[in-house]
Amino acid sequence: MMHDPLFPVLGVVTDIRTDTPDVKTFRVVGVDGKKPFIHIPGQCAMLSIPGVGEALFSITSSPTNEDYMEFSIKKCGCVTTWLHAMEPGQQITIRGPYGNGFPVDTDFAGKDLVFVAGGIGLAPLRSVINYVRHYRSRYGSVDIVYGARSKDDLVDYAEIIEEWSKEEGINVHLTIDNPQEGWDGHVGFVPNYVKELGFDTSKTVVMCGPPIMIKFTLAGLLELGFDKTQVYTTFELKMKCALGKCGRCNIGDKYVCKDGPVFRLDQMDQLPDEY
Amino acid sequence: MKKVFAADIYKVFAKVSQKSKLYIPADDGVSQARFLPYMEGMTLTEKLNTGRSAKDLFFPQVENLLKFKVSGKQIEIVDQRDEVESFVIFGVRACDCRSFDILDNVFLYDEPADTFYKTRRANGLVITLACNAPEETCFCTAFGIDPADPAGDITAWKMADAFYFRGNTDKGNALLAELELVEADEEAAHQQQEAIRAIAEKLPFGKLDLTGFDKEHLMEKFKDPRWAELSESCLGCGTCTFVCPTCQCYDIREFNNGKEIQRFRCWDSCMYSDFTMMAHGTNRPTQKERFRQRFMHKLVYYPSNYGGVYGCVGCGRCLQKCPVHTNIVKVAKTLGGENK
Repeated sequence: MMHDPLFPVLGVVTDIRTDTPDVKTFRVVGVDGKKPFIHIPGQCAMLSIPGVGEALFSITSSPTNEDYMEFSIKKCGCVTTWLHAMEPGQQITIRGPYGNGFPVDTDFAGKDLVFVAGGIGLAPLRSVINYVRHYRSRYGSVDIVYGARSKDDLVDYAEIIEEWSKEEGINVHLTIDNPQEGWDGHVGFVPNYVKELGFDTSKTVVMCGPPIMIKFTLAGLLELGFDKTQVYTTFELKMKCALGKCGRCNIGDKYVCKDGPVFRLDQMDQLPDEY
Repeated sequence: MKKVFAADIYKVFAKVSQKSKLYIPADDGVSQARFLPYMEGMTLTEKLNTGRSAKDLFFPQVENLLKFKVSGKQIEIVDQRDEVESFVIFGVRACDCRSFDILDNVFLYDEPADTFYKTRRANGLVITLACNAPEETCFCTAFGIDPADPAGDITAWKMADAFYFRGNTDKGNALLAELELVEADEEAAHQQQEAIRAIAEKLPFGKLDLTGFDKEHLMEKFKDPRWAELSESCLGCGTCTFVCPTCQCYDIREFNNGKEIQRFRCWDSCMYSDFTMMAHGTNRPTQKERFRQRFMHKLVYYPSNYGGVYGCVGCGRCLQKCPVHTNIVKVAKTLGGENK
């Protein structure tokens, strides 16, 4: 059988963690029990349930995890609803990795990093964060600003509290949209919180979240004196092939699946705002 | 150069079809011409071009990819690739022949190659046919295509008494050698070429001014307010994309017959509202965005990615088939050239 890039391989979901009321994190290995393939932070994979559909998801685990891959997935459509309903041991299909990924070994090296995430937007950034933690000496200071609608909607809460917050040189800034019983942390939207925190403008910012959060956070960063060349984000549009051929995930002359999903924000100025 | 007397062309077809499947442009008995497998008694169409383009033979409208057998939590993946036998297409026009180059950039040369397309390309031999009488809707010359001298493995010219053939590739020359045709004087073909070029010179859209459709003007063209007006009458029927020889967009879908799940690929259209629809919405919510995407892709995005080559070959099918008479010429005339 001649292998085609559109052909997936089998994967097995070995563990399902419930993060929030609508987000679960799925642990995936190949049928041989090993990690299906090697990736770089920010890259994605096509997961499918035969008979339901195939969709693109960012790989939330770090490449430094050699045993398995993880995907944090919000329940919102056909494929994701099916994934949320399944039980461990279920086989799925997987193909990838797709996209350029974050420039973790080039542009980010030696830099002070600020991660800004909203809701499920933490999923692609978690891969970078854990990569940076693994190679800690290669990077400067790390700030993580993460917000969600409520405390219950914060993805990876246990890992954030138990691991990230306790690590030297990593400052975690959590926020939720509205006051909530049992929450003594910051309350307010991410863009405002980023402005309040007022980061040094020499830092590199890595963002992912709803478009509205990206828009206002960027405006705030520019006000603080940041340049668009210091800000990175990752996109997601409808995809079928993830190989730059099916023709639907383009923003202008760039395909998100192939030229992205990671873009530096000054690059976005050269592209139509059709995303 | 080789020659076959007009009366003997079907003998040549019969000989070719003994070894490989041969497709020729023939009337479908309803309304238009299409590439059909040659069988004895079949005749070439008198029409200039086929209703659907020749891309079907390399990039079929529907093709099987895989089959899944699901039992409990287990899945079995089975390759469903159709066997591709060697085949010959006779009568491909210059425009459709250029469209293969355009599709090759996407499916062959951009890594990773599409192995389905690649297999068909490797197994297909293209015999082009110069256009004796380009029509008013033809504008291939606007894209630097010469209807008098199309490419392909073999180029053919039809003259009153005979077909003339010139081999362009090793594969083409090998086939011509097998057919044992008579040697011919090249002068006859040259005269025919001059006659065709004289007609092509006068085509109403042949000198379509594409100034301003380039990477440099990408943002300017995208933001042009005239897209709203241009797209107003578009029904979103997708006909233009289905008859287009360069439209490459595809969908991957599944069919569950109760026993197994068939995953197949089929053509799709950027003109459809669900093309970019995701669970949370779409980034091209109205026909204006979808219409703009199609023409920006042909005239700006594709050339930007492939060294200035336009993603249109001027075959004129969209001019003939659009139910509301909107088309790429109208777009180019409105937004390009002096009007930019």
